[in-house]
Amino acid sequence: MAEPMLQVRDLNAWYGESHVLHGVDFDVGEGEVVTLLGRNGAGKTTTMKSIMGLVPRRAGSIRFRGAELVGMRPDLIARTGIGFCPEERGIFASLDVTENLMLPREVAPGGLSVAEIHTLFPNLKERARSQGTKLSGGEQQMLAIGRILRTGAKLLLLDEPTEGLAPVIVQQIGRTIREIKARGFTVLLVEQNFRFAATLADRHYVMEHGRIIDMIPNAELEARMDTLHEYLGV
Amino acid sequence: MFTILGFPAPLLFGQLLLGVINGAFYALLSLGLAVIFGMLNIVNFAHGALFMLGAFVAWGLLEYLGIGYWWALVLAPLVVGAFGIVLEKLLISRLYKLDHLYGLLLTFGLALIIEGLARNNFGSSGMPYPIPASLQGAMNLGFMFLPVYRGWVVVAALVMCLATWVVIEKTPLGATLRAATENAKLVQAFGVNVPLMITLTYAGGVALAAFAGVLAAPIYSVNPNMGANFIIVVFAVVVIGGMGSILGSVVTGFGLGVIEGLTKVFYPQASATVIFLVMIIVLLARPAGLFGRAA
Repeated sequence: MAEPMLQVRDLNAWYGESHVLHGVDFDVGEGEVVTLLGRNGAGKTTTMKSIMGLVPRRAGSIRFRGAELVGMRPDLIARTGIGFCPEERGIFASLDVTENLMLPREVAPGGLSVAEIHTLFPNLKERARSQGTKLSGGEQQMLAIGRILRTGAKLLLLDEPTEGLAPVIVQQIGRTIREIKARGFTVLLVEQNFRFAATLADRHYVMEHGRIIDMIPNAELEARMDTLHEYLGV
Repeated sequence: MFTILGFPAPLLFGQLLLGVINGAFYALLSLGLAVIFGMLNIVNFAHGALFMLGAFVAWGLLEYLGIGYWWALVLAPLVVGAFGIVLEKLLISRLYKLDHLYGLLLTFGLALIIEGLARNNFGSSGMPYPIPASLQGAMNLGFMFLPVYRGWVVVAALVMCLATWVVIEKTPLGATLRAATENAKLVQAFGVNVPLMITLTYAGGVALAAFAGVLAAPIYSVNPNMGANFIIVVFAVVVIGGMGSILGSVVTGFGLGVIEGLTKVFYPQASATVIFLVMIIVLLARPAGLFGRAA
């Protein structure tokens, strides 16, 4: 069997003295949308940051298209073809919308053109000259997703893209994720809102205390709703 | 001879010109400091020493190789910039994870070493550097005589400040620089080689200082203390303008030069302290500086 696009094995991560990830294992196949579910503090965001090399210390193995990312610098990790949309969105206040959009480096051919991004998110075109942080929360999220679609990265890490947003914006972001999946992008999604995740994802990994404790294919989600509720404490 | 507010006009304009000249150097030096502080979070106390080094490189090029002013204006910043790369790679880059104070101590020590070596080898009396032939003489402006070289210094400093501002505020490279100043880690996760950018920013900042040093060489003699004389005032300029603010550095640099010059006319005793008086007042009213964003 061919190696999956992203293969994480025995991933450990630390912030100073505190050991946050304790041997995380999961796979993401090419073209899949996969979610990481779990309570606050389970290690979902840390897993994302570990893939990007943004934690102070990590160990284990993260293989992406055959390349080992543990030990690699974040800029080189990005250049292997991974786009990162952080939880806090990471819109730069000293840059306008266009500058924010153009900031991430192109890493491969096949990214969306600026015109295509403007078609997906018309607000970004209207507000091209506004200061990045003057946008509404929803517009900032669109900018944060839009700018990594431009780069040609084929694996997108989206950390809670719907957090704190109005339902109509959540729907728009859902449509966008389905659209980019249809275009062949692969998405690893951290979500608190598993009802939203269920409308998009192929598989769900459940995290607890810095480990993956279960994997639920989306088709089994309804049947295993009770188990999931128990995991997430909702 | 006409007078203004009871002072002879030539005296007033003379001091004003001197103020603008000093202001030009304040602006160029604080500009580099601001860029370096924004990106590296390091208060570069070696800035004055590298300004002095720029003047010494110009002097050495002329003395030993017969290379004149105009080439020195290009070569000295390159040489000092390259030296900056070595300093950053070898020493400064080891301190990014520590408190600001360590960077301050290291660069202060570097300044003492560089200035000490210069004093040891060249003495402290200073060496003259000739004004290039094409910039000698003076222009009659009607109300005063303007030495051509001094006019050139003001123009060159203004052009350099403007160019730096354009690069930082209006180009993709500048956008990356501004973004990295806000959140270097995220910019790196977008595929930008941030460590390289930090090194080049330091080199660029000290190259600006060296450029100022070459401009200064014909006005002040080339001597090991020329940077130390400026640097304290320049730090006041950076604090008043707002740490890390480009526009703030330039406006405050020229503004304080003028204030200092005028004080020399109206109340000479206060001319050495007036800048610090301004600093105290500004910090009381706006702790982030005139152009700084509150943290």
